[in-house]
Amino acid sequence: MPSSPQPWNNPKLRAFAIQLAVLFVVGSFVWIIVDNTITNLQRQNIASGFGFLENPAGFGIALTLVDYTEQSSYGRALLVGFLNTLLVAVIGIFVATILGFTLGIARLSSNWLVAKIATVYIEVVRNVPLLLQLFFWYFAVLRALPLPRESLSLLEVAFLNNRGIYVPALLLEGNGLILGLSVLVGIVSAWLIGRYAKRRRLETGEIVKGVAFAPLLIFVVPVLAFLALDMGLKAEVPSLQGFGFKGGWSLIPEFVSLLLALSFYTAAFIAENVRSGILAVSKGQTEAARALGLKPTPILRLVIIPQALRVIIPPLTSQYLNLTKNSSLAVAIAYPDLVSVFSGTVLNQTGQAVEVIAITMTIYLSLSLFTSLVMNWYNRHMALVER
Amino acid sequence: MNNRLLPAVLALVVGLLAGFLLYPMFAGGDEAAPAVAASDDADPQAEAAPLPVVTSRSTLDLVRERGYVRCGVSQGLPGFSNPNDSGDWSGIDVDLCRAVAAAVFGDADKSRYTPLSAKERFTALQSGEIDVLTRNTTWSLTRDTALGLDFVGINYYDGQGFMVRKELGVKSVMELDGAVVCTNTGTTTELNVADFFRSNGLAYSIVAFEKSDEVVAAYDAGRCDAFTTDASGLYSERLKLADYNDHVVLPEIISKEPLGPAVRQGDDQWADIVRWSLFAMVEAEELGVTSKNAGDMRTTQNPAIRRLLGVEGAFGQNLGIPNDWAYKIITQVGNYGESFERGVGVNTPLGIPRGLNALWKDGGLQYSPPVR
Ligand SMILES: N[C@@H](CCC(=O)N[C@@H](CS)C(=O)NCC(=O)O)C(=O)O
Repeated sequence: MPSSPQPWNNPKLRAFAIQLAVLFVVGSFVWIIVDNTITNLQRQNIASGFGFLENPAGFGIALTLVDYTEQSSYGRALLVGFLNTLLVAVIGIFVATILGFTLGIARLSSNWLVAKIATVYIEVVRNVPLLLQLFFWYFAVLRALPLPRESLSLLEVAFLNNRGIYVPALLLEGNGLILGLSVLVGIVSAWLIGRYAKRRRLETGEIVKGVAFAPLLIFVVPVLAFLALDMGLKAEVPSLQGFGFKGGWSLIPEFVSLLLALSFYTAAFIAENVRSGILAVSKGQTEAARALGLKPTPILRLVIIPQALRVIIPPLTSQYLNLTKNSSLAVAIAYPDLVSVFSGTVLNQTGQAVEVIAITMTIYLSLSLFTSLVMNWYNRHMALVER
Repeated sequence: MNNRLLPAVLALVVGLLAGFLLYPMFAGGDEAAPAVAASDDADPQAEAAPLPVVTSRSTLDLVRERGYVRCGVSQGLPGFSNPNDSGDWSGIDVDLCRAVAAAVFGDADKSRYTPLSAKERFTALQSGEIDVLTRNTTWSLTRDTALGLDFVGINYYDGQGFMVRKELGVKSVMELDGAVVCTNTGTTTELNVADFFRSNGLAYSIVAFEKSDEVVAAYDAGRCDAFTTDASGLYSERLKLADYNDHVVLPEIISKEPLGPAVRQGDDQWADIVRWSLFAMVEAEELGVTSKNAGDMRTTQNPAIRRLLGVEGAFGQNLGIPNDWAYKIITQVGNYGESFERGVGVNTPLGIPRGLNALWKDGGLQYSPPVR
C-alpha cells in the first residue's frame, strides 16, 4: 500500500499490541483465580496465610538430616522433608545413570547373553508401574529380612534386619573441617592434573603417564592429611539394645526400597536413551576409528560416547526430572519426603491446603528448573565438541 | 497475517478480556451454584477454574435437588465403615449417614459413600465433594476452627491405644522405650504418639503411612514393634492381621478421641439436621424405642416418645425436614444401641463392650438433649 500505513499495518506495533493483550488476559485470569480463592477461603472460615510455618509441628519424623524435634516448627519440618527428597533424588540419579549407561551399552553388546539379559531387564522394569515396584521392594524386602533379634550380621559389626542396615560409624577425633578441605584440595588437584595432561596431549600428542590415577588424589590427600595431623578414628559399632540397634550408621528400609525402586526403574529408561544415542552415531565413525587403529574400548570412549552424548543428554534430563518427581511416591511406603511430611502431615494438621500445595509445587518446580539448568549447561558444553 | 483478520482478532481478545474481568461480578450468585452442584462426577480437586466453591444455597437444598446425601467414610474400617463384596457399606459411621438420609428423604438408602484416607478427608468436605464427614474423625479445636469445619456430635468415644506382638512380652506402653511405632499420617494419632513418648521421656521412631492397609502390612512384616491408632481402630485392623491371636492390645489409653460427624462451617441448618439425626438415635435408645417397636410406639401415651416419633409437635419442621424424620431413622437404621451392637458390639468380630459409649444413665457418656 503506497499511502501512509495504518497503525495496524505496522507489523511491529501489531505484534506488540497482541502480545500485550495476551499478557493482560493471562494476567487477569491468574488474578481472578487468586482473588477468588482468597475470597472463598475467607467465606469458608478456613485459615490462610503463611504464619503457620512458625507454629510447632508436634509430630515426629523417622529420618532427619538436620536437627528436628517435635517442638520444631512446620517450617523446619518442610526443610526436613525437602532434604529427604533431595537425598533420595540425588543418590537415585547417580545410581540410575551408572546402571542405565551400563544396561544401554550391554543391550548393544555382541555377546548374546549379555544383550538378552539387558533387554529382558529393560522391557520388564520399564513396563511395570513404579508404584508396584515400590511395594515389591518394600514389602518383599521387609518380609525376607529377620527381626532385629535375629539379625544377619557381618563379623558382628554390621547388621541387617527389617529395621534397616546398620554399619559401624566412623567418628573422627579432630577437626572435620580440615578433612573436608583436604577432600576439596584432592578434587581440585586431580582436576588440574587432568587439564594439564589434556593440554599436553593436544599440543604435543604425548600422553602423560599415570594421569589415569589422578582421581585417586581425592582419597589420598585426605588420608595423608589425616595421618599428618595425627587425627584419631573411632569406630562405633551398632549394638542391640532393647527393641533395636543403637549407635553406628543406619539406613532405614523405606529409604533403601525407594532408592532401589526409583533407580532401577529410571535406569531402564536411561538405558534406552543411551542405546538410541549410540545407534544415532553413524557406523562410519566406528569404521573410521578402526581404520585409524583404535581399539574397541577407546573407540567407545573417545569416538562413540562423546557424539552419542549429544543425543542422550536432552532425554536424560527428562529422566532426571522424572526420577525427582516420582520420588513423591515415597508416601506410599512411609519414606518421609517432602510430599509425605509437608503436603501430607502438615497439610492435614493445619488444613492450609492452598498454601501447602503452593509451597510444594514451587519447590518441585525450582528443583526441576535447577536440574534442567545444570543439564542444559552440560548439554551446551558437550555440544561444543562438534566441529 | 491478513489485514482484514486483525480487527476480528482484536475484537476477540478484547471480548475475552472483558468477559474475564466482568465474570466475577456475575459469578458467586445463584447462577453459578447449580454449576458446582451439578458437577457430581467431576473430580473436585481438578476444580481449578475460578468458580466459587461455596454456594450461597443451603446444603439441604442441594442435597434435595441431587436426591441423595454424600458421606465421606473410611477406606474400609470394619465396624465403622466397610464395604462388603457387593459394595454395600455398613458400620456405625455408615448408619449415621443413613440416618441423615432417612431424616431428609425418609429413605436411608438415599445415601452414597466416598472412601477417604485420613489425609484427604477434610479437603473433600471443604471443597463440597461430600455433605458430611462420618469417618472416625476426632473432634479437636483446630479442626473445628481453622479448617472451616463444624463438628456436630460424638458418635463414638474413643482413645488411642497400642498393639504389639505377644512374643515381645511387653505388658505396658511404658516398656516401649526405643520402639518403632507404625501409624497413619494426617491423624491425631501421629501427634499423640509424639506427645506421649516425649512427656514420658521415652525414645521412639515413627513410620507413618497414608493408607491403613500399608500400616497393617508393615506391622505384620515386623517393620515396627507397635501399631498405634484409636482403640476401636485396633480392634478393627487386628482382624486384618495374618494371625490376630499373636497380638495383644496394651491396657493404656493415651488420649481422648471423640469421634464424630463434621460438616462445613456456616450452614447451621445442615449442622442441626446431622446433629439431631445422631441425637434421635441416642434418644430413641434411652426411650426404649427400637426399629422393631417404633411402629407400635406411635400410639403410646408417653409424650417424649410421641414428640420423637413426630406424632406430636412439629420438630421436623423446625429442622426443615418432614415431621416423621426420627421415626424414619429409627425404623430404617435403628436406635444408637442397635447400631452399636450391629456394627462393633460384643457379638461382632470386633467385640467391643459399650463402655464409654453406654447411655449416660448406664454410666456411659452418650446423652441426647431432649427433643422438645
Ligand atoms: N481418629 C483419628 C484417626 C483416624 C484414622 O484415620 N484412623 C485410621 C486407623 S484406625 C483409619 O481410620 N484407617 C482406615 C482408613 O484409612 O480408611 C483422627 O481423626 O485423626
